[in-house]
Amino acid sequence: MGTKHLRRMDLIFTRDDDYKNLVKDILSRKNEDIINEMMESGLKGRGGAGFPTGLKWKLTSEKPEATKYIICNADEGEPGTFKDREILTQVPYKVLTGMAACAKVIGAKEGFIYLRGEYHFLVDLLSKAIDEFHQICKVNSFDFNVYIFLGSGAYICGEESALMESMEGKRGEPRNKPPFPTDLGYLNKPTVVNNVETLAHAFTILKLGAKDFHDLGVQDSHGSKLFSVSGDTPIPGIYELELGMSVQDFADDFGDGDCKAVQVGGASGFLVPRKRFKETSIGYQGKLKGISLPTGGSMMLFNSSRSMYNVLSNYLDFFQEESCGQCTPCRVGCQQLVKGIEQVKRGEKPAAYLDVLLKLTDTMKVTAKCGLGQSVANSFQSIVENFKEEMIY
Amino acid sequence: MSDVQTLVKGLVKSYGRQETSLMPILQGVIKVERSISESAMIEIARELEISTAKVFGMASFYSFLDTKPRGKYVIRICKTITCAMKGKNQILLALEDSLKIKVGETTHDKHFTLLETNCLGWCHKAPAMLINEEVYTELTPEKVRQIIEEYKKNEVVD
Repeated sequence: MGTKHLRRMDLIFTRDDDYKNLVKDILSRKNEDIINEMMESGLKGRGGAGFPTGLKWKLTSEKPEATKYIICNADEGEPGTFKDREILTQVPYKVLTGMAACAKVIGAKEGFIYLRGEYHFLVDLLSKAIDEFHQICKVNSFDFNVYIFLGSGAYICGEESALMESMEGKRGEPRNKPPFPTDLGYLNKPTVVNNVETLAHAFTILKLGAKDFHDLGVQDSHGSKLFSVSGDTPIPGIYELELGMSVQDFADDFGDGDCKAVQVGGASGFLVPRKRFKETSIGYQGKLKGISLPTGGSMMLFNSSRSMYNVLSNYLDFFQEESCGQCTPCRVGCQQLVKGIEQVKRGEKPAAYLDVLLKLTDTMKVTAKCGLGQSVANSFQSIVENFKEEMIY
Repeated sequence: MSDVQTLVKGLVKSYGRQETSLMPILQGVIKVERSISESAMIEIARELEISTAKVFGMASFYSFLDTKPRGKYVIRICKTITCAMKGKNQILLALEDSLKIKVGETTHDKHFTLLETNCLGWCHKAPAMLINEEVYTELTPEKVRQIIEEYKKNEVVD
């Protein structure tokens, strides 16, 4: 407790009063040059899915269509995540600069920030930053406009295709993939959807160069990442850390000395019990050894006073309410899981019923249409398998 | 022309008739009326030349687009894990007690509606709630009682 194993970084929130010159510099660079810089940096999507950002920009830049879009995904809804709001509050111009770089590369004239309805209070501040940014674009004769699109309280709209449906005036129901947004996105035009943090990192990369960013982190998980830390910790908040850290080091630094488990990646992520702290690291696939968990940055700590049954029950209620209801595995699956763990807890079903529910989550993983239904299995399985007795007694 | 018709026409004028305006128009209705009535939906459908079913489908999907009548101040208290761990139920009891209503209900004077909502993104300052667009964090039962008193006082002045 209170150790400092992990190096605390400060790239994202460092003020940069010189950003106007960076915009100018970016706009004078060759597109291939910017794409290469982004690819060499090793930056992967910071919303959690981890798709290489440079590649996404490259694929979209190669599309022949005249109209394309860049959308900044600020529908930060994963339980335990709050970093994107802070980025947009403190350094909105970094995100806008990232958007402009992408717009230049892919050839977009319009960009959108899809801001979750819960962050409505940010609209004035953000609009001011956008107005200022439009001036900079004008000075550099760059034809690019950014608009805010406000969500209305739907977690599923953080899924990129649901987000675009929502912008098109429809229910936030995810689309089939493929086609991917890089082919058919907003209004069926090629579209790049990037997380707020991803765009802010693009700023750092284009400012400092790919190498400085690439040098941070570990194999296949380069750069730093913002982590939203909450739960049983004496120091909740937002921290920028290198990728590749072990959960043990994290719990030592941020736990209250009695850390029983860490939920990595929010309700749709994984619960890591204390016995697996050492062998689990935070990053993308391609790990050196042990278990490696990707994350959008939500880190929730639980101490021994917490019942894992209550934790799971809370997540399942969340998923049941936020499921868009479009596909049966997710809609009915979530309902059955909520009901099922209650029945086991009350003794109305035998403990072995948990195995039936585990199988159900396996089915949801392979049959649900989008990431929401598929990822319910992550927390369900990691909690039930590691804390079975708490589910039953 | 009824008030709601005038409101919808005004919103359509500023956002346009294309379907991409549907969300901002619905949000505009919420801002003034706090909920979207059947007549508002019919009017929006007529103006945008789309089916009323489509408008209802949209309004019923999003949790902030209420279709039931709501009070002037809609209180949404976060019930997701960190807020739940940090005493959300005590906050809820304090709110129910000071407003004399249960979750899901609206006060008789139509000033307050009390609802629960999913993660608001203030887990590091839990428990948290929204009153319309305003955020309140690190709540305690005493603090919410004060906040509600303030709102009530301002209502009397209004």
